Amino acid sequence: MGEVILTMKGIDKSFPGVHALDHVDLEVRKGEVHALMGENGAGKSTLMKVLTGIYTKDSGTITYEGREVEFHNPKEAQEAGIVIVHQELNMMNHLTVAQNIFIGREFMKGGLIDDQKMNEESRKLFSQLGIDIDPSEKMGNLTVGKQQMCEIAKAISHEAKVIIFDEPSAALTEAEIEELFKIIRDLRAKQLGIVYISHRMDEIKVITDRVTVMRDGGYVGTLITEECTKDDIINMMVGRVIYEDPKTHSAVPENAPVVLKVEHLNAGKMVRDVSFELRKGEILGFSGLMGAGRTETARALFGADPKESGDIYINGKKVEIHSPQDAVKNGIGYLSEDRKRYGIVVGKTVAENSTMASLTDFVKGLFIDKKKENDATKKYIDRLKTKTPSVDQLVVNLSGGNQQKVVVAKWLVKNCDILIFDEPTRGIDVGAKSEIYHLMNELAAEGKSIIMISSEMTEILRMSDRIVVMCEGRKTAEIDIAEATQEKIMHAATLR
Amino acid sequence: MQIQGNEKRGFANNPIVKAIGLQRIVVVLAVILEALLFSVLSPAFRQYATVVSILDYSYYISFMAIGVTFCLISGGNDLSVGTGMICYALAGGYLVQHMGWPVWGGMLVTIAFGLCFGVLNGAMVAIMNLPPFIATLCTMLITRGLGSILTGGMAVSWPSRSANGGWFRSMFKIINSGKIVPVGFIIVLFFIILMTLVLNKTKVGRYIIAIGSNKEAARLSGVNVIKYQMMAYIISGFFAGLAGIAYAATFSSSVAPGTGAGLELDAIGGAIIGGTSMTGGSGSVIGTLLGVFVMSLLKTGLPYVGLQANWQQIITGLVLIVAIYIDVLKNRKTA
Repeated sequence: MGEVILTMKGIDKSFPGVHALDHVDLEVRKGEVHALMGENGAGKSTLMKVLTGIYTKDSGTITYEGREVEFHNPKEAQEAGIVIVHQELNMMNHLTVAQNIFIGREFMKGGLIDDQKMNEESRKLFSQLGIDIDPSEKMGNLTVGKQQMCEIAKAISHEAKVIIFDEPSAALTEAEIEELFKIIRDLRAKQLGIVYISHRMDEIKVITDRVTVMRDGGYVGTLITEECTKDDIINMMVGRVIYEDPKTHSAVPENAPVVLKVEHLNAGKMVRDVSFELRKGEILGFSGLMGAGRTETARALFGADPKESGDIYINGKKVEIHSPQDAVKNGIGYLSEDRKRYGIVVGKTVAENSTMASLTDFVKGLFIDKKKENDATKKYIDRLKTKTPSVDQLVVNLSGGNQQKVVVAKWLVKNCDILIFDEPTRGIDVGAKSEIYHLMNELAAEGKSIIMISSEMTEILRMSDRIVVMCEGRKTAEIDIAEATQEKIMHAATLR
Repeated sequence: MQIQGNEKRGFANNPIVKAIGLQRIVVVLAVILEALLFSVLSPAFRQYATVVSILDYSYYISFMAIGVTFCLISGGNDLSVGTGMICYALAGGYLVQHMGWPVWGGMLVTIAFGLCFGVLNGAMVAIMNLPPFIATLCTMLITRGLGSILTGGMAVSWPSRSANGGWFRSMFKIINSGKIVPVGFIIVLFFIILMTLVLNKTKVGRYIIAIGSNKEAARLSGVNVIKYQMMAYIISGFFAGLAGIAYAATFSSSVAPGTGAGLELDAIGGAIIGGTSMTGGSGSVIGTLLGVFVMSLLKTGLPYVGLQANWQQIITGLVLIVAIYIDVLKNRKTA
């Protein structure tokens, strides 16, 4: 670690009704990776938005390279050398890689844009980073991981001195994260200051030098990563230790019946001859790299995408599933990885979302029986311990973890016995995550059967009774939790 | 998820096909097929006058469509170009007919009107954040009403070919001792090339694509999104003005108030058939020109096979549905 490059001191920011930042401090040194941690809503993103001029602070000082500064917009911050690699990728899919990198500061030649020069400059950037991307490729054709590399390249091309990574790994596979870490280490060696925002405790230990923890908009403290344990950090974040212990052996009874049997499922390039069984009360983990075909398998099973061939048996009986409606009728519920797009209607109330899949059960005559709807919703709010002031609260006002619970409630109201959780904890903070884990275990104990798709190795190993590993659309392994190791799973996930 | 690109094989992967663009080849084939169909069904279709007529239609649709292409690429739309074009031509023509303005003065006013309404549309969409569809639908009403008010509800006659100032008609069509030369195509071609450059090689075009692709990303990259989103509508207004001139120059001696509604669909249809996406971010000006020919061939050809105005509307509607559906399918594939 070198000298201090950036100091934020006593940063205060209020929005109407919310004290979003309460005298927060942050210090970043050259050549360090500084983790910024805290639950969702702790104020991490707000702090970074204040830093880069998206929000104006109410009070406090920002000192950068020895001078007090105040940026009025991201462009000013960028020009000074402070760049954010955003959580939601900020890419223009219709433009090429190079056009994306140099957007807003195109090279010109004779009044026209010089795309050739932009391609050359991009190529130089990529070789500097040691990554292989064609600058003239359309951004939309790249994988999420590659797009992230482009964002980093863009940040570096601004001659950044401080780079902020806002949950960079949320959408990356283990292999891509490795590549990302390599780049981050290179940047650290070049004496850049790096702020790393993440929910993944394991990564914090691997990649960061110091950790600053925030809670409810306040500053909790800064630790040296090497000198603290995961539990120290979690304690600072939530004030209590939470996760339950990982499973060492399957919790499913020997004689549990098979509730779902999938045979030779084929659907496009991403689902090729996939067969598996799911037993009553089981959590079946689906592991694999991004693009392995796990979500596609779930969607084909659920009838959301057309399948070419394959048989599905529920409780030993062959069923035809051609649409999500068919699947729901057969007691299958699907919790999408993209909650906001497919899981919930954010502008509707908790009650409306909860009964969405089973509305016909709540209709009396021509109208919806509001009382019955509210009663059913209340029952599941209690059961799932959803934190909401009332059944009439709009879902958009709930935290990510509680939104996820509303989706679960939707399928429980519908009486689904088979639940597909697709990346159930993506973008959810530690506290909510442990609640979701607890919930899944409870559901399984009650006899619900769960398919859990997850890209997080720790999550797979913590939750699953059995693990199916996929690679390029094929099932490459099925491992009982008692024998499962990270190495075994990674090996199967990369079997070509 | 991310598998397209290497999925395509065979014909579509041929380097020549790739360079021209599969969509454009398909549209060219559609134009040829359409022309052949009309030729087979109606012997009267097979004459030089028909070609001239197809081009006559293509001028004003092309101009509208070039402008609309920029709005579509920016992620918006402009429904006001049809009635707008008529309104602007009425305003300019009124000054020429009743106020003794020179024709070039009337033309400038026509374009100036277009620019003004372009600024209005742009302000509503970019600054006030109104949905483009609704904002320009309102402008469509306003321009239709305004056109009637400005002229007292009377049709306006731009100078006839033989009259003083009739030279402007020769910009689009030279008639010399019975021989007709459709020179307007050269003007259209000039603007097609110019706007292709603007779209692909200038900041205006680049940022309009960027805004249509991901407005927030463009904003965070430091692009002045308000300015460039407005530019798309100003370009559209300018070209609606040009379309007004082309309309006045190539069609009957007078421009009638209250007309023009529905013509914007010819332009939007042309743009979409030409491969410009309804969802923003992609499109091409050359594609639009090709798409316009599909539309102007329809307009010219249908009467030859006995299908008059009402049928034309039905068929235009159906063609649009097909074109937009293809756009939807295309987007689903790349999503």
